[in-house]
Amino acid sequence: MKKFFSIFMGIIAVTGIIFAGQITITGSTTVFPIAQKAAEVFMNANPEINISLRGGGSGVGIAALINGQADIANASRPMKTKEMKLARENGINVVENVVARDGLAIAVNPSNNIDKITMEQMKGIYTGEINNWSELGGESMPIVVISRDYSSGTFEVFKKLVLEGAKVSDNALLLASNKAVQTTVADTPGAIGYIGIGYLDETVKALKLNGVFPSIETVNNETYKLARPLFMYTNGQPSGDLGQFMEFIFSQQGQTIVEEVGYIPLN
Amino acid sequence: MKERLFKYINFTAAFLSVVFLFGIIFSIFSEGLPVFAEIGVFEFLFGTSWHPVHYPPEMGILPLIVSSLVVTAGALIISLPLGVGSAIYLSEIARPGVREALKPFIELLAGIPSVIYGLFGMAFLAPFIRKLFDIPTGLNALTASIVLGIMVTPIISSIAEDALSSVPKSLREASLALGANRSETIFRVVLPAAKSGVIAGVILGFGRAIGETMVVLMVAGGSPGMIKSILRPVRPMTAAIASEMGETIMGSLHYRALFGIAMVLFIITFASNLITQFILEKGKRQ
Repeated sequence: MKKFFSIFMGIIAVTGIIFAGQITITGSTTVFPIAQKAAEVFMNANPEINISLRGGGSGVGIAALINGQADIANASRPMKTKEMKLARENGINVVENVVARDGLAIAVNPSNNIDKITMEQMKGIYTGEINNWSELGGESMPIVVISRDYSSGTFEVFKKLVLEGAKVSDNALLLASNKAVQTTVADTPGAIGYIGIGYLDETVKALKLNGVFPSIETVNNETYKLARPLFMYTNGQPSGDLGQFMEFIFSQQGQTIVEEVGYIPLN
Repeated sequence: MKERLFKYINFTAAFLSVVFLFGIIFSIFSEGLPVFAEIGVFEFLFGTSWHPVHYPPEMGILPLIVSSLVVTAGALIISLPLGVGSAIYLSEIARPGVREALKPFIELLAGIPSVIYGLFGMAFLAPFIRKLFDIPTGLNALTASIVLGIMVTPIISSIAEDALSSVPKSLREASLALGANRSETIFRVVLPAAKSGVIAGVILGFGRAIGETMVVLMVAGGSPGMIKSILRPVRPMTAAIASEMGETIMGSLHYRALFGIAMVLFIITFASNLITQFILEKGKRQ
């Protein structure tokens, strides 16, 4: 009997440790690397706080926040009015925190001799009106249009800034992740795609958009037009452990992490 | 006492799988049915434009259904001769030693996770197909069909082989005794006798191919338009569900439309499984 009692007390003690300072983060795969690195460094400094982190996408994260299953919803798009309404109905007081910025680079295959493009030309390509690189002064080669999936936060931003309400071409390849777009552009001579600046590397070539090359400087001084804020939504003004974590993200150290994982820190 | 406990544990296990099945059916249909009411059965199933996040949304899933069927048909065209051919070889032609050596390889092929098939298709097959046909991209219906075809072959092969092996030896001997040669015996006697098993294998392969998600997500390209050529990128139903569900708003029309697609897919695979069961039962009774 005594033995059972001590096991019982042991279980209580262990669960007590597990539930002390638990932060759950869910959402956008774009924001994921920031949250992951920040959580790692933060937990090293504050071992009593445990952060559990999941991807799943902006919609999943916001839904989890609305259902009370997450403390932070990562999102690469602003919350929609419908989601705001749902949150209010569930008694969740949504607070929007911009934690970093992301620039979308327009990438082509390195073999392509084009090195600049305009917003109008982008719209023409993605709506299917421009089909061949020769129409942009390149060599005669069909354009392989690569887009992100309909419901991704990245597509949402692209749709708003580039398509301006027009429909994406039925012939566009819709791929599931930044990484998939990057490797497909790298493998396909005629391809064009858009990816987070953090995903640029030597396998693809970034184009100047309206004469501006995508970089941390041009996104921050707002001369590069294809950029978006990244969000961490919380229920109410973050306080306690959650407040500490959010403060950490906004700190010098947190913003250095933002830059390390390839995004653009807040000034 | 032990005996009864054991019985109850097993009963619970069996009962739970029924509960799970009905739970899944219920949740898919309760989320998906509203979309038929809101968009209209005909417009949803036969609309040719899939632009769910465009304003106003266009939610016709015919291009997705056709993409799934085309890719699956292509997979069967490839896997049918390979699967049945290898089954005939293993069951009728190969010496026992060769059969014992080959069978594990085919079974191993069946056990490879689909993401690995997808990687193979993306990294090797797609660039190869692109250069072979001199087309802009190798992520298309043909590449998806080939990868799925390889994936489904072991399923068809092992079920067809079971069916062929269970044909009584006396039938073969009778055929040979009547003066038929070996190939005549195989194609006119053994294969017809094992017909139901072979067909069941093919239908099971169909169900596996049409439900496969990872491979088509990785190699089919994902273009939402109506298919014009097998060398063009396509967006099968499974790829649309898997890639759009993640970031969509829960409870939105788009969310429900994805459940609507899941319903269509579920009904197709459920029907193909039922037909398989039916054919196998009928074959057993004969």
